[in-house]
Amino acid sequence: MRLTTYLAKRIGYTVFVLIGLSILIFTLARVLPGDPARMALSPRAPEWAIERLREQLRLNEPLPIQYLYWLRDAFSGSLGESLVTRRDVLTDITEFLPATLELLLFALIFDVALAIPIGMLAGRKANTWVDNIVRGFAYIGVTIPAFVFAIIFLLVFGYVLQIAPTVGRLSPGVMSPPKITGLITIDSLITGNFSTFVDAISHLILPSFALALGPIAQEARITRSSVVENLNKDYILASISHGLPERRIILKYLMRPSLIPTISIMGLDIASLMGWAFLVESIFNWPGMSRYGIIAMLRKDLNAIVGVVMVTGLVFAIANIIVDVIVSLLDPRIRMIERAK
Amino acid sequence: MSNTLLNVEELHVHFKVYGGILKVLNDVALKVNEKEKVGLIGESGCGKTTTMRAIMRILPWNAIVPKAKIYFKGKNIMKMSDSELKKLRRGSISMIFQDPTAALNPVFKIRDQLFDIVRYTNLEVGKNLSKKETEEEAVRLLREAALPEPERILDSYPFQLSGGMRQRVCIAMALASAHDLLIADEPGTSLDVTIEDQILRLLKQIVEEKRTSIILISHALGAVKGFVDRVYVMYAGCIVESASTSDVFREPLHPYTKGLLAAVPKLTGGGVPEGIKGRVPDYMNPPIGCRFVTRCEYAMPICERKQPRMINAGNNHEVACFLYGE
Repeated sequence: MRLTTYLAKRIGYTVFVLIGLSILIFTLARVLPGDPARMALSPRAPEWAIERLREQLRLNEPLPIQYLYWLRDAFSGSLGESLVTRRDVLTDITEFLPATLELLLFALIFDVALAIPIGMLAGRKANTWVDNIVRGFAYIGVTIPAFVFAIIFLLVFGYVLQIAPTVGRLSPGVMSPPKITGLITIDSLITGNFSTFVDAISHLILPSFALALGPIAQEARITRSSVVENLNKDYILASISHGLPERRIILKYLMRPSLIPTISIMGLDIASLMGWAFLVESIFNWPGMSRYGIIAMLRKDLNAIVGVVMVTGLVFAIANIIVDVIVSLLDPRIRMIERAK
Repeated sequence: MSNTLLNVEELHVHFKVYGGILKVLNDVALKVNEKEKVGLIGESGCGKTTTMRAIMRILPWNAIVPKAKIYFKGKNIMKMSDSELKKLRRGSISMIFQDPTAALNPVFKIRDQLFDIVRYTNLEVGKNLSKKETEEEAVRLLREAALPEPERILDSYPFQLSGGMRQRVCIAMALASAHDLLIADEPGTSLDVTIEDQILRLLKQIVEEKRTSIILISHALGAVKGFVDRVYVMYAGCIVESASTSDVFREPLHPYTKGLLAAVPKLTGGGVPEGIKGRVPDYMNPPIGCRFVTRCEYAMPICERKQPRMINAGNNHEVACFLYGE
């Protein structure tokens, strides 16, 4: 099967998964105790006003009918009105999502740039002091949650040392570049505004690094153990016995099979990144999806809850499709088996 | 007497493992002359592969080599620099691994793997091959290893080939650089017997045509009978007997070799032979004397105290056993 057919098939599956997810979260949001209409209006609002809002939200209809209405609106490009912002949820999400995506993107860049080289190094120097240090740090990274790192970074680098900003995406007084992608770093580069770009990067470093540490530790450990395993495999010994240059053995024959488990795990780590991003965003006052999502849950803003969960699910699904494609490019066995299905 | 190509003396290899040190190879000595076909026989786990990996300098990280002299054309491999080793591996010695499935990188096409080997072995002799020349050479090597449709093989991944084909690919890879010595580590053991036979015939034909030396490792004396000129018998990390192939079969001296020969089932009937009683000694605490002492039916008091040295029993037939003097 060709790559395009394979992709089309995967995307087809993803649509089903997302519809399943929407049914689940739609139902869950509505069966929780608490009347969203009453919570949206003030506690002293008259009964008739609450009843009118309930009508308006179609809360008096049976659940499946409510869902079908929601689905119809979703396909025509509306996720319903938010009771908090009084705007369409989709409009809200397009406003807040880019900040979260930018944070995730930089966390991923840190992740890939550090986890793989550190893991390769530790694996090649297995059981030496280098490896022991890496393993020690990896344990710390795996066990301590991202928000703890976020608080430590905030205190140490932001408050005590004062070498990096700790609030928001840009310093006060720095103009946001015109919105093209919504990612300030990219938009400022496109418009050639270099000082804004630097300011945006300096704001990104602490939160994205705090976010990335867990996955870095996890993936470095996995890379290390798969390098150790592969180093003792006959095919690496055979490459050495044929007199191939060391660099070529490591960067070609060792690296490719060693990275397959790492990249697979990366797909799962992206999902946990999304989750941790909610807490890290709160700590760094990052104007992303987290505040929106948290308020939505506290106020039982039904449409916003469903919208935020759906977008998170979508990002996760896309990340996993990309990861699966990369893995299948790295490993011909997976490619042939997957695509033969 | 022809020239000595490889001379291994006093080779000791230990392995550091959880809970202690495995003293596997104990004073291994063997010699391979130019154009000679040598067999190394012994049961699984006796250190045959370790000996060969020590020669290629590809022992695993936990191996310790307290003592070793491995001379190849008069030069000590143990003291070679990285570039000398590279030259040796690219131009002189090559090894065929026991399991061809494990010896081929699973995520690269044969083309990728074989081309690299061809390119670097030729680079070593000053030939910078173009892509087309590399391909021609690769195809030639595959043909030499008796593989049909070399073009299709090049475009396959290892998992798309049969076991026999994989082993032939490994042979083709080894042929790129085995100009003096080919080490074949049980080259058919992981295959069925008919394929094993074909592989052995192919190897014999190749080394006779190219006039290179070969060390053929096997756990079965019968498999090497029609192949090699001389046999080394190994037991628990020690060489116990060395003689011309015909002498070993006609008159085995060491009790272990006798046991090995008796353990071969005969076509003429008589049921399954008894085999050798007991087990290979614990490498962590090997016997102080002869390592075969616990299983030997001729064991004497001296065997427990002292390690037997190789002695010449005449006609270049050497044996490490107190039954024959000292």
